[in-house]
Amino acid sequence: MTERHTISILVNDQPGVLARVANLFGQRGFNIESITVGQSEEEGLSRMIIVTSGNEQTVQQVMKQLHKLIDVIKVQQLSAFPMVARELVLIKVEATPQNRTEISGIVEPFRASIVDVGPQSLMIQATGDSEKVDALIQLLKPYGIKQLCRTGVTAMTRGAITAKV
Amino acid sequence: MSAEAAMTATRKNIPPVQQGEVMSGAEILLRCLILEETEYIFGYPGGAVLPVYDSLYQNHLNHILPRHEQGAIHAADGYARATGKPGVVFATSGPGATNLVTGIATAHMDSVPLVIFTGNVKQQLIGTDAFQEANITGITMPITKHNYFVRDVKDLARVVKEAFTIATTGRPGPVLVDIPKDVNEAKTEFHYPEKVDLRGYNPTIEPNYLQMERLKDAVKAARKPVILAGGGVVSSGAEKELLAFAEKTQIPVITTFMGISGFPRRHPLCLSMPGMHGNYAANQAILNCDLLIGIGARFDDRITMGRTREFAPNARIVHIDIDPAEIAKNVETMIPIVGDVKHVLMRALDKVEKGDTEEWVRQVSEWREQHPYTYQNRDDVLKPQRVIEILNETTRGDAIVTTDVGQHQMWVAQYYEFQHSRSLISSGGLGTMGFGFPAAIGAQLAHPDKLVISVSGDGGFQMTMQELALVKELNLPLKIVIINNKCLGMVRQWQEIFYDNRYSQIDLSCAPDFVKLAEAFGIKGMRAVSPDEAEKVWKEAMEHDGPALIDFVVEPEENVYPMVAPGSTLDQMVMGDDNK
Ligand SMILES: Cc1ncc(C[n+]2csc(CCOP(=O)(O)OP(=O)(O)O)c2C)c(N)n1
Repeated sequence: MTERHTISILVNDQPGVLARVANLFGQRGFNIESITVGQSEEEGLSRMIIVTSGNEQTVQQVMKQLHKLIDVIKVQQLSAFPMVARELVLIKVEATPQNRTEISGIVEPFRASIVDVGPQSLMIQATGDSEKVDALIQLLKPYGIKQLCRTGVTAMTRGAITAKV
Repeated sequence: MSAEAAMTATRKNIPPVQQGEVMSGAEILLRCLILEETEYIFGYPGGAVLPVYDSLYQNHLNHILPRHEQGAIHAADGYARATGKPGVVFATSGPGATNLVTGIATAHMDSVPLVIFTGNVKQQLIGTDAFQEANITGITMPITKHNYFVRDVKDLARVVKEAFTIATTGRPGPVLVDIPKDVNEAKTEFHYPEKVDLRGYNPTIEPNYLQMERLKDAVKAARKPVILAGGGVVSSGAEKELLAFAEKTQIPVITTFMGISGFPRRHPLCLSMPGMHGNYAANQAILNCDLLIGIGARFDDRITMGRTREFAPNARIVHIDIDPAEIAKNVETMIPIVGDVKHVLMRALDKVEKGDTEEWVRQVSEWREQHPYTYQNRDDVLKPQRVIEILNETTRGDAIVTTDVGQHQMWVAQYYEFQHSRSLISSGGLGTMGFGFPAAIGAQLAHPDKLVISVSGDGGFQMTMQELALVKELNLPLKIVIINNKCLGMVRQWQEIFYDNRYSQIDLSCAPDFVKLAEAFGIKGMRAVSPDEAEKVWKEAMEHDGPALIDFVVEPEENVYPMVAPGSTLDQMVMGDDNK
């Protein structure tokens, strides 16, 4: 059964590491839905969060293959545990002075904010889980989305769970 | 590190280096190789590695100069496979480095330890499409165990140490180190680290206790167990442990192509090779066993035929491998055992007891006796299988045999009765034509006193035959066998069987006269076109003190049997065609 999985990869902060990880996914035919990379709690190490889909066997194989990369320190399947997953989206939506308030009304319950106002557009920033971001996009679509940027998911397990490596 | 530590125990004539002595990157590199006890460097110079080659001038290291970088890397690979030690390769940037790519992929697929050093253009030119610039670390990322681009000469010694460690430990594999010219020229203090500290690299050597208990119970309970021994047995040096394990438990042993030399062929428990061109007994054993113990084998599609669900349909599968990613990759596994095959078998030997296997052993022996590999020998034409039989009869399976890729490779696997581990050297995973002959050069350098036979098809031989010059230069006593069917035999066979005799681009009748070719290189050349001649000429070649090339002109239409077509199951074996 194909499911979505969120994997956390702790890597050496070395040039080429992102290429190694991406290459591995491509080479073995594993798809990447989103990927985020940034600083981790330890100096010299970065954390990548990858959302991939596939059956359980595929995910196990992905994780084992990732673990073989010398620059990979730790691999965790976050989605096997209670986790918090968030992404950030910027949406530039067509807006006239007439419908601006209407759009603000949509944005508000999402705790999204308007971060830029142009003569013909508004830029909206929202964070949340992917479903929330999807829902916001759906609601804004009728106004005309000029540009859309999603960061992809970053995530953490809740509480003090130490997942097995 | 003390001054003494910078010397090698075996090569006392090499002057020691003081800790902290200032040297260039190139000198550091060579000193590291001395400390790693590198016996041979297989390399080819060029602009970007000139600093290294300058330091090599009058150095204590032995450098071998093949006539093509592909020859260099396959020779290093043959050396590594014959010894278990890492093969060391040098090449220049750009075309030098890209000429290595096939050889790197070949080694990667078969888990062969190589450490490859390439030069690159100066860092100020990197990324400018400079003359002879190639992004070789990017190119080789998916075909190396790991690779490095060295930015600072201060990192060089550490990187070299890490490269050797990674290449030779865990599941072995090729590691490439790309060094820009300015790093080889820059100077720094030499400090060779005693050990490496790689947080993300920690191969599991010893097996899990609970899984070993399960293995013990499974062995005891099994009535029809079989071992599938792969290349991991050979590369971990576990041939003695495998033999002891099989004898103690009375479990028959199937050897994959890569595992062939890991278990003596003439042993009563040996069932030889399974799969596409495998033995009847081996395939029947897989179909009928109730326990299959995979040892350092990866259940690849030449054995499962891609029908992984129907593979060993009645068996519980145990999989022993050093690489956890191999376990459950292709077949479902009941008992996963991660660890070095040799260590796992040593632990297992203390534990296991023989199950009740007499009836089963009797059954598989019967299959083995009733269905040996066969072909129709003739007096008037030379059959390729007959040539391999002659090699086998005259050497009793004692020689190191390298093969190229194609029909002759399968005939060697079938008809040469390998007795010693590391004695079959062949590109199993990638199936690289042009591999066998240069690999034989490396194997012969590693074992100057052993008989090394290179067996190639006329097609593959023409891919790397320039290395005849190297054989002559080093005066290696290699026996170079060409199974000359005047065509791309394996392709011809597939076109005959699967494409209705539509022979497309397989004709090699316009080839050089291989005897004259050998002579042009200063090597003794001989030809045989009949079975009688074959025996006579081979005897002469064996008696000849020095290299000899023998052109065995064989029946061109011979096919490799038995055969299981891809996508079929192992019970659908075609045993031969009667009309030939
Ligand atoms: C580098 C490379 N190119 C192409 C192939 C595909 N291929 C596999 S076997 C074969 C024919 C080999 O012919 P030959 O070397 O004469 O050996 P034979 O099969 O006749 O014994 C070919 C072309 C390959 N394995 N390697």
